[in-house]
Amino acid sequence: MSEQIKVDVTIVGGGIAGCAAAVALREAGMTVALLDKGLCGAGASGVNFGGVRQQGRDVAELPLARRARPLWERLNDRLGEDVEFHASGHLKIARSDTEMAELERYAAVAAEFGLHLQLLGTNALRAELPWLGEGVVGGSLCAEDGHANPRLVGPAFARLARRLGADLREHTEATSAAPTGTGFETRSAELAIDSRFLVNCAGVGAGRVAAWFGEDVPLTPQVPNMIVTEPLPFFITRSIGVCGGGVYLRQIARGNAILGGGAGWGDATATRSRPLTEVSLAAMTKSLAIVPGLAGAHVIRTWAGIDGQMPDHIPVIGWSSTTPNLVHAFGFSGHGFQLGPVVGEIIAELIVQGRSASPLAPFAIERFTTASPVARPISVAIEE
Amino acid sequence: MRAAEALARAGLKPILFDEAERPGGQIYRQPPTAAGHTASTIYGFEARKAEAVHRVLHDCGDRVDYRPKTLVWNLFGRRLDLLTGDGHATQSFDRLILATGAMDRTLPFAGWTLPGVFTLGGAQIALKAQGVAIGRRVAFVGAGPLLPLVTHQYAKAGVEVVAALDATPFSAKVAQVRGLLAAPSTFAKGLWYTARNRVRGVGIRNGVRALRVEGGERVEALVWRDASGTEHRVECDAVGASFGLRAEAQLADLAGCRFAFAAELRQWMPERTPEGRSSIPEVYLAGDGARIGGADVAELQGARTALALLEDLGRGVDRGAVARLDRALARQARFRHALDAAYPFPRHLVDAIGDAEIVCRCEGITAGTLRQAARDREAGEVNRAKALTRVGMGRCQGRVCGEAAAELVAQASGRELERVGRLRGQPPVKPIPIVVAAQ
Amino acid sequence: MAALFHRLVDRRGEPVPFTIDGEPASAQRGDLLITALLLQRTTLRRFEFGPAHRAGFCLMAACQDCWVLLADGRRVRACSTVVEPGMAVLVEGDGPG
Repeated sequence: MSEQIKVDVTIVGGGIAGCAAAVALREAGMTVALLDKGLCGAGASGVNFGGVRQQGRDVAELPLARRARPLWERLNDRLGEDVEFHASGHLKIARSDTEMAELERYAAVAAEFGLHLQLLGTNALRAELPWLGEGVVGGSLCAEDGHANPRLVGPAFARLARRLGADLREHTEATSAAPTGTGFETRSAELAIDSRFLVNCAGVGAGRVAAWFGEDVPLTPQVPNMIVTEPLPFFITRSIGVCGGGVYLRQIARGNAILGGGAGWGDATATRSRPLTEVSLAAMTKSLAIVPGLAGAHVIRTWAGIDGQMPDHIPVIGWSSTTPNLVHAFGFSGHGFQLGPVVGEIIAELIVQGRSASPLAPFAIERFTTASPVARPISVAIEE
Repeated sequence: MRAAEALARAGLKPILFDEAERPGGQIYRQPPTAAGHTASTIYGFEARKAEAVHRVLHDCGDRVDYRPKTLVWNLFGRRLDLLTGDGHATQSFDRLILATGAMDRTLPFAGWTLPGVFTLGGAQIALKAQGVAIGRRVAFVGAGPLLPLVTHQYAKAGVEVVAALDATPFSAKVAQVRGLLAAPSTFAKGLWYTARNRVRGVGIRNGVRALRVEGGERVEALVWRDASGTEHRVECDAVGASFGLRAEAQLADLAGCRFAFAAELRQWMPERTPEGRSSIPEVYLAGDGARIGGADVAELQGARTALALLEDLGRGVDRGAVARLDRALARQARFRHALDAAYPFPRHLVDAIGDAEIVCRCEGITAGTLRQAARDREAGEVNRAKALTRVGMGRCQGRVCGEAAAELVAQASGRELERVGRLRGQPPVKPIPIVVAAQ
Repeated sequence: MAALFHRLVDRRGEPVPFTIDGEPASAQRGDLLITALLLQRTTLRRFEFGPAHRAGFCLMAACQDCWVLLADGRRVRACSTVVEPGMAVLVEGDGPG
């Protein structure tokens, strides 16, 4: 016999966005139930590179990323634990004049959104970062970008949500959800939840949930391939990316260097993933070119995970196109970490106030689900 | 090696990857080639067996493709990733036998990270492979048959053994005598070591509770409580301490083999039929790398597993040999069952771990941090505990701390050990140099 | 400095000269690096996350406690590396990086 509960909002998916939404909704006085098929924060939220980054995003995301940035500053106090956010600065490297021109163009666009990027030539870079390898012609530095520990953030949001009275159910996969006359019924193996609102932030599983409501979206699995070294003396003072994406690396205060780039292996059901040797070796080679000082290091672990990606590499955020009171927030395409806390706030805004303070038009699900999808302007350089 | 030998005899040409420079694994570990001499008299009773095992490959000649100094660091599908002297290489396979052996089963205790504390296995390897002792005044602590053996070997070599402490009760051994007689010669050897130890004045103290190593920069003394609760202190300059063995099953994990929890051993191990088959059709498991059985069992299993593999390939096998091996293995299993019960896992030592003690040697994570995560941060599963506390994130990837971490999480969260789970592995199974990518 | 290990079997092997933090030292041919070091000192390396030192633990390439830094920037596992003439081990130095 199923357990039956009734709440204002059901959230499917306990990543950072879902748990942050649960927190914001509880603070607004709504009752909340959240389901996750495993442990909260163990999906894409927990296995990513950990970049807390505004630079390099599609312009559509910049307002959200700008809004998210001050949340990271206050996150430890909010969550009641240290999630190891460090504003190391994010340096995007150019290895050719063409790439440098691209960085210059993006810097001009970013400035319109209030994101200040500092363009640096070879000499300035080498003076500050003598450990950079050959072939770097310049870079773009976002001094206020940085990184945090992805394994800590999601679980900390989940615990805060629980403390605030959200009903979080882990190891509880949503098996169905459907509109009722007055809202939604969401089911798992042993639970039936009756709610007024439904939030779909189910990561790579969100496409399945959207399909329950007649919204077929081209969400595909994306498997980040990650590498970590043994602890080394600290010397990589900035979080590093390259123009065009392909490899990214950072070093934490404890000394481990984290490298990423390329895609690992995921199975057809998007439940299992593994790092791929050729991909790991390629990322290691690229990292050595950028930071030759890593040459004496050993790799001690590689891992992969599964994120959800959209063809235009920006997420779906906003109301369902078919069903009232259903909010979608998925498809973060490998760069949802920095946005997670603000997406939670936005989900709550939509439900509590009926609208968001942030511009969500580019993220509308209609761009995939309507018969003549709205054409989007060509986006600015995206990466990772 | 017995598996390779059996396959070679059947006309196959197996490739034998060995991380070490010379065959023998750890139990029959040989000194480096550069040392210029072969197995010493330190092997004692086992010298004949050691020599026989060392000769296997020599006798097989080019019927076995032996690849020493080759680390298999990953397995994906039917492909192995190798680290050799020349860098990265791969090897695909139709069938794979994993005989990856075991390492000491370790538990934290106060002072265990001081220079001069080694595992019992480490103390033995120093003797066998290098002809050195880990100290001049050595104390040993154990919970298995390795304790009387290493004590005997050190004492025989003239080292002053100031204490030999068994964390398991004497009564457990008495209760298992009948079962232990299933392997009478092994049992007799055990008695012999015990007797010789006593004659030398290094009688093993049973039922030891709580231990603590004292010292500033290195081991200076060992303090323990005996079965009656009395505290003892002995000055020493080295300690060899470990509590049984655990299978090195990382490659079986990467192969996707199903693991099962053995409640009586409080350990997870890959599922293995008596013939050596795993849950993955192409992958076979032999020796301590699947379940601790000891050297004799490993030789029998190696041969038996090869025969199972040959059968699966559609080859005829000597049914008489199969039957003999199965009978010997069954007898050994009865012995092993009794031995495991004679040396039950010393859970009381887990209770004795103070909050300030380091559990994860690589990362310096304390028991207090782990307990707090289990109690207050909902880390009731060991991989979540790892994510939140960093336990198991160091170079050894949980080999040394994993079992103790699970015990502490179980204790602090009030969950059954089985529900706490086991640390999931990812490649590489051991550290690989980043420059291998560029070679 | 005091030592941890001591020889029971003197192989009388060829002497292998090497250095520890720049100071000359000697081992015997066939010595593993961990043996070469611990026959004359009690530590192999500084522990990264506290004031302590480490000196190895399992001697079978499992625990990963005995990694040492060489002056040429290489890191090697002392219990699975045979000492070679001219090896320059850094115990107290941070080395390149």
